[in-house]
Parts: sequence; structure tokens; C-alpha cells
Amino acid sequence: MTVLDTPAWRPRTDAAPLLPDPEPYRLLGTPEAAALDPALLRALYGQLVRGRRYNAQATALTKQGRLAVYPSSTGQEACEIAAALALQPQDWLFPSYRDTLAVVARGVDPVEALTLLRGDWHTGYDPHTHRVAPLSTPLATQLPHAVGLAHAARLSGDDVVALAMVGDGGTSEGDFHEALNFAAVWQAPVVFLVQNNGFAISVPLAKQTAAPTLAHKAVGYGMPGRLVDGNDAAAMHQVLTEAVERARTGGGPTLVEAVTYRIEAHTNADDATRYRDEAEITPWRGHDPIDLLERELTSRGLLDDALRSGTAADAEEMAASLRERMHTDPQLDPMDLFAHVYAEPTPQLREQQAQLRAELEAERQS
Amino acid sequence: MTTATHAPGRTGTPARKPATMAQALNQALRDSLAADPAVHILGEDVGALGGVFRITDGLTKEFGEDRCTDTPLAEAGILGTAVGMAMYGLRPVVEMQFDAFAYPAFEQLVSHVARMRNRTRGAMPLPLTIRIPYGGGIGGVEHHSDSSEAYYLHTPGLHVVTPATVEDAYGLLRAAIASDDPVVFLEPKRLYWSKSPWSPQEPAEVEPIGRAVVRRPGRTATLITYGPSLPVCLEAAEAAKEEGWDLGVVDLRSLVPFDEETVAAVVRGTGRAVVVHESSGFGGAGAEIAARITERCFHHLEAPVLRVAGFDIPYPPPMLERHHLPGVDRILDAVGRLQWEEA
Ligand SMILES: Cc1ncc(C[n+]2csc(CCOP(=O)(O)OP(=O)(O)O)c2C)c(N)n1
Repeated sequence: MTVLDTPAWRPRTDAAPLLPDPEPYRLLGTPEAAALDPALLRALYGQLVRGRRYNAQATALTKQGRLAVYPSSTGQEACEIAAALALQPQDWLFPSYRDTLAVVARGVDPVEALTLLRGDWHTGYDPHTHRVAPLSTPLATQLPHAVGLAHAARLSGDDVVALAMVGDGGTSEGDFHEALNFAAVWQAPVVFLVQNNGFAISVPLAKQTAAPTLAHKAVGYGMPGRLVDGNDAAAMHQVLTEAVERARTGGGPTLVEAVTYRIEAHTNADDATRYRDEAEITPWRGHDPIDLLERELTSRGLLDDALRSGTAADAEEMAASLRERMHTDPQLDPMDLFAHVYAEPTPQLREQQAQLRAELEAERQS
Repeated sequence: MTTATHAPGRTGTPARKPATMAQALNQALRDSLAADPAVHILGEDVGALGGVFRITDGLTKEFGEDRCTDTPLAEAGILGTAVGMAMYGLRPVVEMQFDAFAYPAFEQLVSHVARMRNRTRGAMPLPLTIRIPYGGGIGGVEHHSDSSEAYYLHTPGLHVVTPATVEDAYGLLRAAIASDDPVVFLEPKRLYWSKSPWSPQEPAEVEPIGRAVVRRPGRTATLITYGPSLPVCLEAAEAAKEEGWDLGVVDLRSLVPFDEETVAAVVRGTGRAVVVHESSGFGGAGAEIAARITERCFHHLEAPVLRVAGFDIPYPPPMLERHHLPGVDRILDAVGRLQWEEA
């Protein structure tokens, strides 16, 4: 045996099959789209329209002072919805802070999904109910959680896949690297979905990475990278479903890069004119996820007035209910501040709780 | 505060025979793994090697790679994946190789480990133990001797525990692993090879986390300490007899929760107190303890509460560390400054 035969010298996996396609994968408007299930297309359409309406309503709620801030995913609805629909009920979703739509599409109450942004608590839902982790604000830190949970499920012999979402900026974080590396070494049943929407607040992708594509990063970890048109709901759904199934059947993790665009500013509080030209947005407006889907449905004769108006009415109803419920003040108990720091409050916390109670009592009396 | 609830996976009380703190910690891990299938150990070199301090010696062989796992070399990844495992209901025990190498995991610790229970209104507690060998006195080169407890105890949501005896090493680690809250478990490296007659406690005998213990009663002044400084304080108390001082020694064992009751009761009895720890004094645990004693016991105090701590310097190189670490003389000097002339 020479060094040339040792494990250190020889590549451990063949890199070629891991490489992403040269162009983002697309389905809508291609001949292959003819094979797509009409029920799936209709379901995607309904959810996308609802999602866009949700974003608009939530943004309006910031102007009315009902939300502290809202990071809109307008233009990225196909990624958000496909992520939720690709999962089975027993699977777990690990959203980042921009992924409220995916959280709601997975079944979380639309109001509870906004608790963080309204500011009445940090998370409004029990993660176990819909198997949705709390929206994660520190970028990419949720990715190792997804790996650990998927690994734990596999050790427990459970059929559970975790899908974790992150932005293009988040791929520069150390936790992105560590999560992908752990996932690949452990062959954990995880899917990483990167929404490359062009910007991290004001910083464009070119300042974030020198990689050929973000999907190429997968190869370095020994997992496949997939490059997808993130505005093509059918392509997104297919690629994510395949990746989820691959994970479920022991094939290990996949990195999916969805190429999309952040149509709105970073949040309602941001001024995007400081760092990007309006002209840059125009081509993306012509490649809108809902339009792409409508065109497909229309060309196949699947979009009649009834579906169109029914979908719009459903979205309006959701928005009206959201508006109405968000216009009531949440009932907050300041004593809750001490309730969930530890299983049992420390003696010091008990004292501080008594102090606050006395202060509140004095406030009431005056 | 939580008591250990799991059966230790052994019956009868073995005879007390001398063991090192390292062996007691190893036994605590072994018994925890045997008692609860949810317990999983993760870390760098914890498998075939048994950890650089051999605290996980033999565990992978006995329980398999899935229960005691050599991870990739990435502390944030280790703790981050452990968070996910705990979210799923497992009870991970993470080993950080050295104090200073736990820092890459700081964001996971502060932003997630400490907050997940709170963030989810109790729906998602994280029963997670983070073992960190800490402190100096072992002749370690740079980055191998930090006392990092102040970073952790300033973070609400974490328990911070540190044993100073062989017996406590076992009991507190069992209690930490059984706790439904995250516990930063600080192991004083220089006591790893300290030896005393010992046998593992039955779970019922394991003290809950959060109770200080009086290691030595004393009438004239009290030394308050924890972890690596306990033996130094006991030595100082012994030497103090020559000066005519009868010094008591309190071992906190747990910095969070802080057992204010025990500390206040003891200090009220003596009226004089010195807090001793080897981490830097400024903004350290001693500052908090001294402030609390002053708030609680002001009218019983004969002198200001003093601190004997490491200097406010980056941890020194091994050939100079003895000047940094609180020793018997420095402690006795502080005791001498407790305004005896006015007594
Ligand atoms: C660790 C961390 N650093 C900085 C921030 C502040 N921050 C919030 S969003 C954001 C940009 C994120 O960009 P990207 O990952 O591309 O996601 P996108 O906003 O495009 O969805 C930054 C810098 C943060 N939340 N977390």
C-alpha cells in the first residue's frame, strides 16, 4: 500500500453527481409541466395568492402600529409555500425570521405566527403542535437545530425529516457551514433551503460569496446541491419533495438554492432606494411566481373565473380575519416574565417577581 | 431546582474507596447513560480516546457510538445540534474540550440554550448539560486555563454549577443531567486528579442543584468559594488557626441558582466574609456575592466584604500563573484586613 491508496489521499465521494444543474431548474411553461397534477397546481395557486395577501396585510399592520416590524416575503411566495407543502405532518420546519408564510402554510394560526413581530411574546405557538420551530432571528443558528432534531429522530427510529430555511446572507455564517457539515457526516434526514433573494438587507450576493452558485457549496460537504427557479412553484415543490423523500429514505441531506428576488425592501423600516435601482426589480416583476402559475393554469384550461374569484375571496377573508384579530390588544400578564426562565424560579426571581407585583399594585392604586 | 430522578442503573451501595474526581464524573456519565436512554454524549474526542481528560473513558465502547459520539470539530455545531436533539426530547450532554474552546458555542448558548424555554412559554424546555473543564493551575499554555463562569452566570436561563469534591462531582453531574433546565457544568481541571474515599450516591441522596454547603464551620469569619478554590480556602482556614482566627468555609457548588439563604445565614453568624475565586475580580461572581451579602446582612457586618480573585489580566503564561491564582497568603492577608482592631 502506498499513500495513494490511503483514505486520506483518495476522494471519498464522486463530486460530479453532487453538482447542481448549470441553470436553475424550471417546470412551469416547459413541456414537462403537462404531467403536473392539476390538484397540486390549484393548491399551490390558492396558497400563493393567500400568501401574497398575508404579506400585504401584515405590512399594512406595521403602518397601523399593530406590528413592530414585518419582513415581507413578497415575490418569494413559491419558496415559502413549497417548503411547507413538501413536508409530511410528522416532519419539522425550521424557519428563519422572514418565513412567516411557510409557518402559516404549515398550519400555524396566522395571528400566532405574528406574535414575535407584534411583540407580545417571542413565539406565539407551541412548536410541537405543527412541528414548526420558533422563527429564528439570529441568522443560520436554526440550521444546526434542524440537524440535531433530524439526527435525534433517526436515532429514535422515527420517520421524521427536518427542512431548514435560510437566506443568501445567512450562508456566510459559521452555523451554516457547521450545520451542513454535521448533516452530511451524520447523513441526517435534513433539507436545507436557501432562498437567494439577491440581498442581505442592503448587501448584494456578490459581496457575500465567490462561489459559482450557493448550491455548489453542497459539494464541499459531500451532499447534492440543487439549483431551482425559486419563483416556479411547481419546480420548487418537486425539488423539495424529492429532497425530503431522499432524506426520508436514508439518502441524507440536500442543499437547495432557490433563485428568487426580494421585491420589497428588507422590512417596512428599510429604504431600499439607498442601495438598489428600481430598474433592477423590473425583470423580476415579469417573472412573478403567481403570474407564472396563472399562465400555466390558464394554458391548461384550469383557471376559470370561479377558481380565480374563489381564491381571491378566500385570501380576502383570511386578511379580514387577520386584520380584525390583530386590532384587538393582546392580554398580557407581566408576571409571565418570570414564569418560564427556569422550570422553577430561583429565589432571586421570586423576589423580583414580588417587586414587580408590588409596583403594579401601587400603579393600580394611584 | 431539580433533583436527580433516574435510577443509577446499579444496586446496593458499594464500599467507599478512594477515587479521583475524573473517575467520579466518568461514573456519573456511565450511570446516567444506563439509567436513561434519552441521555446522549457529544463532543470532540469523547469516543475512542475517552476525552482529553478521559472523563468519557470507555463509554462509547459500553454504550455505542450513537450514545457517546465523536462529533466534527465545531463547538457551535456541537451545541447547536444538541439543541435540536433536546428539542426532540433527548437529553444531550455536551463536552467542550477546554474552557476557551467553548467560546465558538457562545451564540448558541446565549441566544438559544438559555432562551428556548422562555421563548416558547415553557413548551420547549431544553434538558441539556454542557460540561466545560475550566480554570488554571495545571500549567496549561494559552487558552487552556480560563475561568469563564462570569459569562455564563450573567445569562438568565442557564444554571451554572461547579463541583469541588469527588462526591459532588458525581452527585451534581447526575443532578445536572436529570435537570429539565440547561446546566453549564464547570469542572475544575486542577481537581480532576484529586482523590478521596467515595461511592456513588443513590439518586435519592443526590442533592438538588442550588444548595451551598458549609465545608467547615467557623466563628470569626467566613470564606465563600467554589470549584477550584475550595481546597485553597480549606488550607487557608487551617493555617488561620495560628493567627487565632476560626474561619468557616462555604462551598457554593452552584452559582445559579445562588443559595443566598445559606450564605446570608452563615455570614450573619460571623459578621466577616471574604469571597474567593480564581477568575478575574472585576465583574466577577465575587462582586455579585459581595453585593448580595451587603444588601442582606449589612447590620451584621463588622467589615466590608472583601474579594480575593484573579487579577484583571488575560490568563497568564504557566510560569507566572502562581502569582495570579489566589493562594493561602493572599486569602489570609484579606482576612487580616477585616477590621479586627475595631472588634
Ligand atoms: C447573526 C445575525 N447577524 C445579523 C443579523 C441582522 N440581520 C437581520 S436580517 C439580515 C440580512 C439577512 O439576509 P439573508 O440571510 O439574505 O436573508 P433575507 O433577509 O434576504 O431573507 C441581517 C444582517 C441577524 N439577524 N443575525
